[in-house]
Amino acid sequence: MTHRITRGVSLYSFQEEFFLRTMTIRDAVAVAARIGARDIEIIPEQSIPGFPHVTDAWVEQWHATMAEFGTRPLAYDFFLDTLRHPGRRLTHEEQVASVRRDVDLAVRLGTTMLRAIISTPAEVLRDAAPYAEEAGVRLLLEVHAPFHYRHPWVLQHLEVMDALDSPALGFMPDMGCFVERFPRVASERALREGARKDLVDLVVKTYDDHGDVHGLMDTVGYSGGGPVEVGLARQATHYTWRDPRMLLEQMHRTHHVQAKFYEMTDDGVEYSIPYDRIVDVLVEGGYQGCLSSEYEGNRHVQDAFPVDSVEQVTRQHAMFERLLSRHESVPTTGPTTEQEG
Amino acid sequence: MFEKYVIVPGTLRNVVESGRATAYELGVRMPYYRGLGLSMVEDVSVTVDGVRAEPAATTFTVHGNSYPLTAMGEVVDDRWELGEVATVRVEHPGGLAAGVHDVEVSQRLRISYMPVPGGGRARAEVELSA
Repeated sequence: MTHRITRGVSLYSFQEEFFLRTMTIRDAVAVAARIGARDIEIIPEQSIPGFPHVTDAWVEQWHATMAEFGTRPLAYDFFLDTLRHPGRRLTHEEQVASVRRDVDLAVRLGTTMLRAIISTPAEVLRDAAPYAEEAGVRLLLEVHAPFHYRHPWVLQHLEVMDALDSPALGFMPDMGCFVERFPRVASERALREGARKDLVDLVVKTYDDHGDVHGLMDTVGYSGGGPVEVGLARQATHYTWRDPRMLLEQMHRTHHVQAKFYEMTDDGVEYSIPYDRIVDVLVEGGYQGCLSSEYEGNRHVQDAFPVDSVEQVTRQHAMFERLLSRHESVPTTGPTTEQEG
Repeated sequence: MFEKYVIVPGTLRNVVESGRATAYELGVRMPYYRGLGLSMVEDVSVTVDGVRAEPAATTFTVHGNSYPLTAMGEVVDDRWELGEVATVRVEHPGGLAAGVHDVEVSQRLRISYMPVPGGGRARAEVELSA
């Protein structure tokens, strides 16, 4: 089959290096360009000092970096700090204003796909949609584990999308919804922290069998597990496994994909997430958008090993190239910004 | 997720004023992957050798701006940036004794999309710097 899928990198992937000041945005964009990941996703609250006050000088430098490396700004991840003030929640109007502020900043950065954090209420996106439409950007709800397209929270969003029928609204699924095997970087860390092997095995086996993890924290506690074992059991309730064909349900509203991953192995595959099937489903569904790397394994290995986000992202893109090359690509200049016909 | 980096080695020192130690301070990072408005930093509590600092005796400084810990809830126009080393100062007449101390930092962050408070604890043996 033919496909129109592009490759990109979320700067989230380099959080370890940004945190420790061992890489700059320019360094990260250079890496992306080198591995052919030309679409750049940014978390402004992570990468822009002084946010939300973003200087013209910063924006100029951002665009200069994109021009220098031949990359393009694509996605902007926003948060919605509904609990900004102690003791009260932001009003509906304040929440809409927060989204509009992010739309304004996204326009300055040239990013057309906005990641609406999963906690964003449907009515907030409903009332911010006309502003986004006017600005020529999209507000894409992040469908993140443990959510899915038939979850009551997401159904509220679907109702709004159906009623409004705005090109500015859609989805940005996170591939962390498709964790088929328990990430071994997490279980191995628990063992390093002294967890009992039998309890680690119980957690991993229950997850890998796609068994019932609801009572797992309790079971591990009843069996004598301490904070480390119970913590691992809690992680098992945070990961989710669904058939990647779930993606087909809302493909017409899917304009960006966050390619979450925990560990690219020496064999060039993701240990937990079946990207071969995911890519095939995206191609089958006619997805026109980006596979945007989101490396999240650093937190599981940083206690004992040097974190090498660059190597991990490089491996993921080698895998994407391999998986996409099984399909014929359709040359295109800007698939992710086109409106649907 | 960044607990390992919360307590910054080499940053525990006494504050000396007019020849007398009046307080101690410690460099602290936030274990989170983005910057956060200070109004959402509910607590940054330092415990040295089992003695927990009083919030009223604690001052929090980022990029040159200092705030009483107890007034952080009102600070909606300043942030603790990703990986930024904040200075936590605790009034402590006489200062800390020379040598290695058992230091614990407990943070509570109000992160809107998380059903439970963020933050967490970090603990380390830290030597007092001159």
